[in-house]
Amino acid sequence: MSILESKIPEGPLAGKWSRHKENIKVVSPANKRKLEVIVVGTGLGGASAAASLAELGYKVKAFCYQDSPRRAHSIAAQGGINAAKNYQNDNDSVFRLFYDTIKGGDYRSREANVYRLAEVSPNIIDQCVAQGVPFGREYGGLLANRTFGGALVSRTFYARGQTGQQLLIGAYQAMNRQISMGNVEMYSRHEMLDVVIIDGKARGIVARDLVTGKIKRFGAHAVVVATGGYSNVFFLSTNAMGSNGSAAWQCYKKGAFFSNPCFVQIHPTCIPVHGEQQSKLTLMSESLRNDGRVWVPKKKEDAEKIRKGEIGPNDIPEEDRDFYLERRYPSYGNLVPRDVASRAAKERCDAGFGVNPEGKAVYLDFKYSIERLGKNVIKARYGNLFQMYEKITDVDPYKEPMMIYPAIHYTMGGTWVDYNLMTTVPGLYSLGEANFSDHGANRLGASALMQGLADGYFVIPYTIGDYLADEILTPKIDTNTPEFEQVEKAVTERIEKLFNIKGTKPVDYFHKKLGHVMWDYVGMSRNEEGLKKAIQMIREIREEFWKDVKIPGELDNLNPELEKAGRVADFFDIGELIAMDALDRNESCGGHFREESVTDDGEAKRNDEKFTYVSCWEYKGEGQEPVLHKEDLVFENVKLTQRSYK
Amino acid sequence: MADKILKKLNIKVWRQNKAADKGRFETYTIENISTGSSFLEMLDILNEKLIIEGQDPIAFDHDCREGICGTCSLFINGRAHGPDTEVTTCQLHMRKFKDGETITIEPWRAKSFPVIKDLVVDRTAFEKILYAGGFISVNTGGVPDANAIPIAYEDAEESMDAASCIGCGACVAACKNSSAMLFVAAKVSHLAKLPQGRVEAKKRARSMVAKMDELGFGGCTNTGACEVECPKSISITNIARLNREYLLARFSE
Ligand SMILES: Cc1cc2nc3c(=O)[nH]c(=O)nc-3n(C[C@H](O)[C@H](O)[C@H](O)COP(=O)(O)OP(=O)(O)OC[C@H]3O[C@@H](n4cnc5c(N)ncnc54)[C@H](O)[C@@H]3O)c2cc1C
Ligand code: SF4
Ligand code: FES
Repeated sequence: MSILESKIPEGPLAGKWSRHKENIKVVSPANKRKLEVIVVGTGLGGASAAASLAELGYKVKAFCYQDSPRRAHSIAAQGGINAAKNYQNDNDSVFRLFYDTIKGGDYRSREANVYRLAEVSPNIIDQCVAQGVPFGREYGGLLANRTFGGALVSRTFYARGQTGQQLLIGAYQAMNRQISMGNVEMYSRHEMLDVVIIDGKARGIVARDLVTGKIKRFGAHAVVVATGGYSNVFFLSTNAMGSNGSAAWQCYKKGAFFSNPCFVQIHPTCIPVHGEQQSKLTLMSESLRNDGRVWVPKKKEDAEKIRKGEIGPNDIPEEDRDFYLERRYPSYGNLVPRDVASRAAKERCDAGFGVNPEGKAVYLDFKYSIERLGKNVIKARYGNLFQMYEKITDVDPYKEPMMIYPAIHYTMGGTWVDYNLMTTVPGLYSLGEANFSDHGANRLGASALMQGLADGYFVIPYTIGDYLADEILTPKIDTNTPEFEQVEKAVTERIEKLFNIKGTKPVDYFHKKLGHVMWDYVGMSRNEEGLKKAIQMIREIREEFWKDVKIPGELDNLNPELEKAGRVADFFDIGELIAMDALDRNESCGGHFREESVTDDGEAKRNDEKFTYVSCWEYKGEGQEPVLHKEDLVFENVKLTQRSYK
Repeated sequence: MADKILKKLNIKVWRQNKAADKGRFETYTIENISTGSSFLEMLDILNEKLIIEGQDPIAFDHDCREGICGTCSLFINGRAHGPDTEVTTCQLHMRKFKDGETITIEPWRAKSFPVIKDLVVDRTAFEKILYAGGFISVNTGGVPDANAIPIAYEDAEESMDAASCIGCGACVAACKNSSAMLFVAAKVSHLAKLPQGRVEAKKRARSMVAKMDELGFGGCTNTGACEVECPKSISITNIARLNREYLLARFSE
């Protein structure tokens, strides 16, 4: 057996998940009560898992760094959640959602996992409605749908522009119910700093109480990590300020392989960067592309005048507007997938047609849909997004087109997991954005929420039993062991080391510097020379950081700068691995664009012969080169074609 | 709109190292802030300056910085979330301030929200209110098809209006009685407006209100301050609905 045993069940695709469920082990209710599970992270993935596992009878301890699980980054998801309900009678099906996701991911994900995701997707909507998620409805009282990028059917369910918020509140309420019943112990304002492995199995974590600074040990029979993505390596991203890759990175350092780190998603519709003081980027939901048309001026001199503020967008006559997505991709138009839309925007701006003072913005115009549907309809669909845009930019998007530009948004890469969502460390699981599993090289809009909830509500409650069934004789995990002792010591030493550097520059100085390198050389467009340069530069910044960072405050008190420092220290390492992975993958696929691999008309060119694999990096120790393993991807149900949205 | 530069601002801010400490105001000056910067970016810049000068930066809560997570919670110039309407602190921009102005920043002040450090408060009391019944008692699996029970468009919309609450606590901070009625009412309405949540509506209202009282939040005297400062425009008509549910619960006891 290779170390990369993906445990994909045999047999026809459509029956794999049912057969797997029939074959895996089940734990009796009496034994479940004796088994403890730690869930780190209580976003959609973690909260849904914690609630469902507790309902089954397991004793759950859940952790998040915010003051409440309701504040996890999932709350910010705007547009919607996909499900193959076919409520619209437009010929949607489990197979079509599966196919769209595989194709959208540019054939770099596992067929079996993606099929299961599509298969359980309808149950998610049922579950959410039962919990009281107020999805948008039609006047007849049934659920409404919208269309999202990368799909020709209407299968996206939404709660205004606050879908993530409502789904998270649903999962949070389910978890709160279990907390009130004593089945989940919730540790808010606690940050996991390492995972503890005993005899090769994950047996607990060490965490810092962010209020008191105390380092604490927690034992369990299995550990589930659902700590989200690592977009903040790039400093500016649409992720929350605290989003981080540290927990996944600690798992990596303890033997969990890290897969496809270079698959990072750049979202086409974000509010453009202004100045150097900006701390984060704001997403304008992709759903806006349903009713907004993307354009730049046809004439360079018009673009120049706009940049200087001499004329405005409404001064450009119809015939002088270049609706470049509709022009280049007539069949999908403004609804091409994210990677395609992002690169097309960059192409126009690089060619000199950008419309903000920095030349890094394009228009998203609602004039046409307001004329067609009326202001009230647009307001009902996107009211809160329009309000948000106006509060940030001071421009009224009902009157003037929005300005948008691509930004880092989501990470498809993450901890490698098998079909059971277990990492290469026995008893250690990874869910939600933290794992690599379902989106390949590019995630379709409205599919992250689906995946997080699929993992938490409908996959882990079954698959964890297969492992825990063999643990029923393992007593409560004792945290007074040398293994816990040693992890606690290492964690404490690292914190003290960081704190005692007492250099001259704040953490953000280094984080911004890293972000610039990542965006310039490891961003939307990558090449060998740039990637090599980036690796070198990241190493230099890391060295400078470990010599010169200045962390104020106290160790035994709330200390946001100390928290940030620990996360940024890991971002250097993650950034380096992203660049190494991007260097290895000399093809363009999904969000990963290598300038060396393009078609004659400049579109991304995949290389299936050489790169139809998942990269799986194995940590080999501080200062050592990691080792690359490959999980070959086998496609039995879809034909690999060059993606075309023309 | 073109951004301008605010040449100088005085920032008068509440400093308190730990929960048990007394706390005091300190004033700092900060220069050259773009009106296009957000309020929290202004604090980032001030903190960077403090760190470089060897002082302890000002602790404040924040995460999403786009008005949805409900983490940010500053009382600015006497108003919860500052001098703008329908925004959270993180969505407040410096264009709302004048050059040379003194800006006063305090934490939420309420007995049930003790200060942890500087501007960071402990809102665990909100969690406890929700544990008391802010949910629908269903387990994962075994639920009917999502379209099995039609819900009138208006009911779904009203439920969504109430469900928009981000749990920030501005309503409590704005209220002279430190009442949590708007927060509780938002949750009760969100669920009671849906057939799925109707089943437990009375019991939910009763236990959440009892928990709120037990945790030391004040009573509601209908001043309406909460509605004015709520960043999500949660309407006080929800409080009327909560009162109705509560009375019904009492009568059916
Ligand atoms: C602005 C925005 C809009 C989006 N819109 C959509 C959309 O419309 N549709 C869609 O499908 N997807 C969308 N996404 C993507 C989607 O929201 C995320 O991928 C998804 O919510 C991630 O969920 P999660 O549970 O994996 O992680 P998160 O929600 O990120 O949760 C991470 C959890 O881990 C905790 N945590 C992290 N580190 C630690 C640690 N060391 N110790 C303890 N706890 C820790 C956090 O406290 C948190 O509870 C959007 C993303 C963004 C940024
Ligand atoms: S009701 Fe409004 S002010 Fe109160 S917690 Fe909810 S969002 Fe905040
Ligand atoms: S930081 Fe999330 S609402 Fe302000």
